[in-house]
This record gives sequence, C-alpha cells and structure tokens, in this order.
Amino acid sequence: MISRAIPQTSIYQPHLAELIRVESIAGKEKLFEFKLKDGKELGHKPGQFVEISLFGIGEMPISISSSPITKGSFELAVRAVGNVTNALHRLAVGATVGIRGPLGNGFPIDSLKSRDIVVVAGGIGLFPLRSLINYILDRRSDFGRLVILSGSRTSGERVFVSDLEKWQKRQDVELLETVDRCDEGWTGNVGVVTTLFSKVNVGPERTFVVIVGPPVMYRFVVAECKKKGISDEQIIMSLERRMKCGVGKCGHCQINGIYVCQEGPVFTYAQVKKLRELM
Amino acid sequence: MRNRIIKKWDITSFANTLISIGNDVVGPKRKDGKYAFDKLTDASELCLDYDTTLLPPKAYLLPPKETLVKFELGKEVKVEPVVEAKTIILFGVHPCDIKAIELLDAVFSTTNPEVNYLSRRGEATIVGVDCLSPSPNAFCPSLGTATTETGFDLMLTDIGDSYVVAIGSSKGEELLRKYAVTTEATRSELTQKEQECQKALARYRVTLNMSPGEIPQLLDKSWDSLVFKEKGEKCLSCGSCIMVCPTCFCFDVQDDIALNLKQGERYRQWDGCMLADFAAVAGGGNFRNDRESRFRHRMYRKGKYLWERYGKLGCVGCGRCADACLADIASPAETFNRLKEESLSKE
Repeated sequence: MISRAIPQTSIYQPHLAELIRVESIAGKEKLFEFKLKDGKELGHKPGQFVEISLFGIGEMPISISSSPITKGSFELAVRAVGNVTNALHRLAVGATVGIRGPLGNGFPIDSLKSRDIVVVAGGIGLFPLRSLINYILDRRSDFGRLVILSGSRTSGERVFVSDLEKWQKRQDVELLETVDRCDEGWTGNVGVVTTLFSKVNVGPERTFVVIVGPPVMYRFVVAECKKKGISDEQIIMSLERRMKCGVGKCGHCQINGIYVCQEGPVFTYAQVKKLRELM
Repeated sequence: MRNRIIKKWDITSFANTLISIGNDVVGPKRKDGKYAFDKLTDASELCLDYDTTLLPPKAYLLPPKETLVKFELGKEVKVEPVVEAKTIILFGVHPCDIKAIELLDAVFSTTNPEVNYLSRRGEATIVGVDCLSPSPNAFCPSLGTATTETGFDLMLTDIGDSYVVAIGSSKGEELLRKYAVTTEATRSELTQKEQECQKALARYRVTLNMSPGEIPQLLDKSWDSLVFKEKGEKCLSCGSCIMVCPTCFCFDVQDDIALNLKQGERYRQWDGCMLADFAAVAGGGNFRNDRESRFRHRMYRKGKYLWERYGKLGCVGCGRCADACLADIASPAETFNRLKEESLSKE
C-alpha cells in the first residue's frame, strides 16, 4: 500500500538567486556566479546539476562548475544555444534567477579518493569536470595523480583558458591539451582527445577515468580505456539529456529504464554499457 | 470487504444528492455516440453501463495543462508554487482505470512526492463500477485489471435491478451511510455479482497470450525484433495513443508571461514519447529520432520500465490507444503477442 501523504513543499518551486559576477570564457560561453538570496549554501557535490529558471523564458538543467569547497556562491558555465541560455547570456550582474537543486547524483567522490584520476574533457564537457578538478585540488592529499586530457575543436573554442593555464603550472597536475583542427597561433597537440591517451601511462588498477563530452566522444574514449586495461567500473561518465523536471517525473531524460536525472547524470560504464540509445 | 445493496433508482438519487450538496461529481456521459467523463448536472446523465470513455478520468487528477508556479517580475521577484485541488467525486470508474490511478499514485508519491498530484488525489473520491460490457479492443482480464479489490472508495456491480456496493474506504462508507439508501447484501446477491463478473470476462475479444509477469522478460530479448520497425513505419507520430492512455504521465514544462512582462506562470502539459521531439537535446541531437525507436520505447515503458521502477505495468488493457490509433498499430496486446510468437518460433 502506497502512502499518499501530501508533502509540505512543491518540488517545482525555485529558490531565488542573484547573479553576482559574469565572465566570458570563450566565444559563446560565459561563466555565471550566483548567490542564493536566502543566504543558504547550494550544498552540491561535483557532477550535480541545477534547474535554472529565467522567469518568463523557461527552465533548463545546467551542471555546476564550481567546487563545493568554495562557500557563499556557486558557478554555472553556459554555452548560448537556445532560448534560456541566450537569455541568460543577456543578464547583467544583479539579475534574479530561479534555482532548483542541486539535483542528480554527482561524481562518486568516495570511490575516487586515494585513486589516480584521469579526467577526459571534450569541449564544454570541461564545465562539470571543472567542479571535480577544483574539488580534487582543494582536497589534493585525498587523491592520487590527477591527469587532465582536454580536447577542443579549435584553439579559439577552448573554454576556461585561464583555469587550464593555472592547472598547467601546477606540479601536482598533469595536463595535456589538444585541438581537432589547428588554427593560427596554436603550437600544441593536434588531433581528437583520444590521441592524448598514448602520451599517458597509468596503472589500470588504481586509475579511474572520468569522461564528459559530446555523445560521439564516449565510445572512442572508452575503447582507449579498455586498451589500457581499465575496468568498466572505473570508467565514469556523465550523460546529457533534456531533464525538464529534474525529479524523475516528466520522462524526458529516460534512457531505457533509467532516468538520467535520478540515477545519474553520472554513471559507471559498467552501469550503462548494456543500454541501447545511450549515445 | 463489506458489501451493501443499492437499488438502481436509489443510485440516481444518491448521485443527485452528492451533486445537490455542492460536490463536483464527474461521471461517464453520452457524447456523439461514445462516452466521455464530464461533470454531471443531473444523475440522469450518468451512463454506468458504458464500454469505455474517449479519455480516461486521469485528466481530473493530472490535468492536460496545469500551472506549477506563478511569478511576478519587478524590482523584487516573487515566486510561489500553485497547487489547485478541489473536492471531486469520480463516479463510475472502471477497474482498469482505477488500476491506472494506482500506478499514478505510485509515480507521484515515491521519490520526490509531488504536492500537485497528491493534493488533487487526496480530494478525490472514487466510485467504481465493474465493467460488464467491455470495449472491443480491451484486454483487461489478461492483465488482471478487469476487476479490482483496491483503489476505490466504493465499487458498484450491476446485478439487474440493483447494484452490489463494495465498500473500499471509510470515506466511501460514510458517503453511503449519509446519502444513500442501502440494504445488507444477501449471499445470493453476492453470488450473482460473482456470476456477472465471470460472464463479463467472456465478452473480451482480445487476449494476451502470456501472463503479465512474462512481459518484461519477453521484452528483455526482443529489442532487435522487426515488429518495432514494421509498426514504426506505419506510425504517424500523432501522439493519439499517449494522449488517451490512462497511465501515461509524461509532461513538458513551459513558461508564459503576460503582455506587461510582469506576471507569468510556469505550467506543465501532457507530452509523450511518441512525439518526435520528446528525446531531443540541446544542439540538435535526438536520441529517438525515428518512429521505430519511439514505438519501441513506448512498448518497453508499458511492459518493462515502469514494472521495474514501480512494480506495476504501464498498461492496464483499456484498449483506448487501439481505438484512437489512425494507423492501427497502437495496441500493446498485439505487439506483445507478436513478440511472443517470434520468440517461440526462434526456440
């Protein structure tokens, strides 16, 4: 028998947040820093997302880009592609938005502790991964090696360039970057992100690979991981779907029997490799 | 379960009393040669011997369009949740539709319980009626949804000049005690009820060639079946099947704002996996871009995914999708039977 007890609050009620800083991070991408108006912490884990509202335009899921260690505010990085994201790009500091969340499961921090971590970012896949990378750097001694493999289409489309430069300078981070197509001024690696794998040696037992990027990227990165002998349980990925409700009701984010907003968005490859319509 | 007897002329006065004391009473009425749930102004409009209705009573619990949040923009932004629920009596709901409501109850009360649905559900009284003249496309007995022991406040069964009334809740019992003239059910009347329900089972024309519990396993091995392709090729992607379904609950969320750009609302409206854009994502991708994969997804959701999540199938056998489908492909019974045949021929 199901209890039909009526909850006190609505799962669709957004909390108000104030935009306190905007920074351009690439041609179509901006970083937005928000503070909840009730003074509370968002209280997220790396890899979780929020539903952001621009009242009158709509609501959409956006992953959180800041480390939860940073208190008082949180950051969302957004590419302008649709109605809500374009409206967000037009906002000025001081504007009010709605926030529901944090939602979703986030990266499995406990499993990652004391392990070597290879982060594989394709394009704006770096947005959610930046939360994890900064968290690892905030708690550096809790983790083993940190290898970052980052791929962009062109050097002009690199996102979080200042963060990449900062990470590059650190002794305790191994960062390798590549671009798909070389354009003027780029002297680094050229080729898709998988080409960076040959430049990295990892001990498969103690390594977790965390992948976020466009759908087409996953199967090639997974193949590289398998070549290196990394088990399916140690390949972690975050999946993208259009979560309309974010709370497991609306059906939009369903992949076979899974709701990405509930069981995900972060999965191990072992969890999802048998799913169809995955990528 | 306690049973009472109510005479047919007394059921009319019972319903009229419920209306006259100010309740919204919704029941099946005649509409253009078919039946539809609608608010009753007089109990004489009630047709309790209907076969099926165009739409299930779901719309009274999960409206086609519903405001979730209201907001006011300005120097200070104000946002408040909207929960609209008023007392309603659903009078004359078939067991299959009651089973569908039980699924909705599970969906909206487990993990992240939803105040909107649950408030409306809490205000609803369900008076069921056993289905003795089933619709030609229905296959409820195959899914165990032709009768129900749960999910209602009162349940009526036609035994000729009177109804047996099964009492399913204290709320139902109180309504009966206050507003209806009933007598104790005799043993022979209860036997007659059993016989009427038994006779009705023989009137169903569609049968599933498997037990409901077999469906998820059957689907486990049927992903690559050509049945989905064959059906998908005929699909018009019109969404009729999901719009008439008593168990479909998927929705889209949109914002609306007044012309003064100050007051606005966020609403949801029915949406579903058979519509082309349902699985679209930002940047132009669509994870179920073709009709075959959308058709397959609907069948898996009905026969496997919801079963795994809620322990209930997403189909109650009402047959409305088959009635509504212009391409004549929608019935889950036909697809499941075809898949079963296929799996037998492979063995």
